[in-house]
Amino acid sequence: MAVEGNQSVSIKKLTERFGDGIIDSSVYRDEVTLLVDKGALVSICDFLKTDPAFRMDYLVDVIGVDYMPASPRFEVVYHLYSISKRHRIRLKVKIDESESIPTVTGIWPAADWPEREAYDMYGIIFDGHPNLKRIYMAPDWEGFPLRKDYPLRGYKDKYNPFGEEKEELL
Amino acid sequence: MAEREDLVATKTIKLHFGPQHPSAHGLLHLIVELQGEKILNVETDIGYLHRGTEKLGENLLYHQFVPYTDRLDYLCAMSNNLAYVMAVEKLLDIEIPERTKYIRVIAAELSRIAGHLLCVGAWGMDLGAMSILLYAFRERELVLDVFEMLCGARMTLSYMSVGGVRYDFTEDCKEACLNLVKIMPERFDEYEKILTGNRVWLKRNKGVGVISAKDAIALGLGGPALRASGVRWDIRKHEPYLIYDRLDFIVPTGTNGDCFDRYAVRIEEMRQALRIIEQAVKEMPDGPFNVDDPQLAPPPHDATYDNMENLIHHFKYVSHGFKVPKGEVYVSVESPKGELGVYIVSDGSEKPYRIKLRMPTFMNLQSVNKMSKGGYLADIIATLSSLDPVFGECDK
Repeated sequence: MAVEGNQSVSIKKLTERFGDGIIDSSVYRDEVTLLVDKGALVSICDFLKTDPAFRMDYLVDVIGVDYMPASPRFEVVYHLYSISKRHRIRLKVKIDESESIPTVTGIWPAADWPEREAYDMYGIIFDGHPNLKRIYMAPDWEGFPLRKDYPLRGYKDKYNPFGEEKEELL
Repeated sequence: MAEREDLVATKTIKLHFGPQHPSAHGLLHLIVELQGEKILNVETDIGYLHRGTEKLGENLLYHQFVPYTDRLDYLCAMSNNLAYVMAVEKLLDIEIPERTKYIRVIAAELSRIAGHLLCVGAWGMDLGAMSILLYAFRERELVLDVFEMLCGARMTLSYMSVGGVRYDFTEDCKEACLNLVKIMPERFDEYEKILTGNRVWLKRNKGVGVISAKDAIALGLGGPALRASGVRWDIRKHEPYLIYDRLDFIVPTGTNGDCFDRYAVRIEEMRQALRIIEQAVKEMPDGPFNVDDPQLAPPPHDATYDNMENLIHHFKYVSHGFKVPKGEVYVSVESPKGELGVYIVSDGSEKPYRIKLRMPTFMNLQSVNKMSKGGYLADIIATLSSLDPVFGECDK
């Protein structure tokens, strides 16, 4: 799972190059995780894809996580894999509810649908995404279902008698 | 050619393919922009089967989520079970017994055969070869019979549990597996006799839905579809889990990245799966099939009638579940359709804080547009079948 060879060396190389762009790094259960700054995300991704030591050419997934009531509220997690070097790395970016995050579809076209899914489920806006609209839910759906403050049974309406009452409507 | 195209040029139309269509393999909606019969653009619309599995998972105990994974890729439920329980085990940092690893490999490979058989069968039917579907289902029954012997279920198996498997792998199962290994290769030869040299099959699949290795990697294509484009990447080989590093098997790849190569890769993968099953059955050691931890593997139900302690363990397991250390892990396995990944964020309680399922069909469908652009409408059917989409897993 981990970056090949010496994990701390590769993390060090990245920290030296990007300085404050990498806020934190950790290795848990042999998986390398880097917490990166939102502003440096695209340049770090670009570097990881092109640098001969990393060559992260395969985007595995883009994931939203809601840490309500923490601030910043959301985390966007990127799983990257290198088909030529056979190693994995995880990038994380913390953003607040009001913030948006730059898209990585320009680097990996595969990010298209996963980013749309993160938008659909959490309402995270990806700046520059070519087609940012809902992917699973209906286009006129209200709310973002995977947010922690969204009820498990949904909101009550004429189609869903078992849902919860919407407070602001009362 | 260009002149002629100008002559017959008609205005572009938008054709809605699905969501209810026999060749859509479920609830897939394609909005196809056509000029005559040529495809200009394909927009893929998914989500008709969205059930909010991830949200449900956040509200369930760790062991209660296993049956939900059966309903993702319902054609090969074992792989889903496997990815999920491996992720939880990684968080728990436990080592499962040696025998369990063998059992799991056999189960996963059986499920690969079941999945690929249905893929080839449905694909044949979509292109007008009805008999291949019936043959494929005949063989699939044999695989499902083994599942029934293993755990009583045929489709929604829930066979694997955190820390092991639910039931032991009996001698009868061993025999049934060896029987499969013996008779299946002939059956695959039969399919190949019907399809591989068949002129209609070749015309419909050769050079159709072509995608280059570079595009395939960029679009996140995985599994047999990616290997058909010539990329030798199989998680079983390159990041071996369970006992795959001890087994002798090859990873077939294609060269052209067209539908026919994707078919050939799948057929060869089934043959390799049989080799894996044979080795695993023969080398399987004796021993326990669950970890020795009453928190994770409750005592068998019979043992709870006359032993107080067992009753308590059983009750605790069912009602409280088990706590999982704080942290986050990502585990991926090579499912029949590609990389099946499970990302779990744990906050240290009995329920996962976040489960993200990285489903191969979801990522594979992104390349439908690239594959079908410039081709003919009828080729979409072959292209779709060659990706083997299952909407239970695509829509989660």
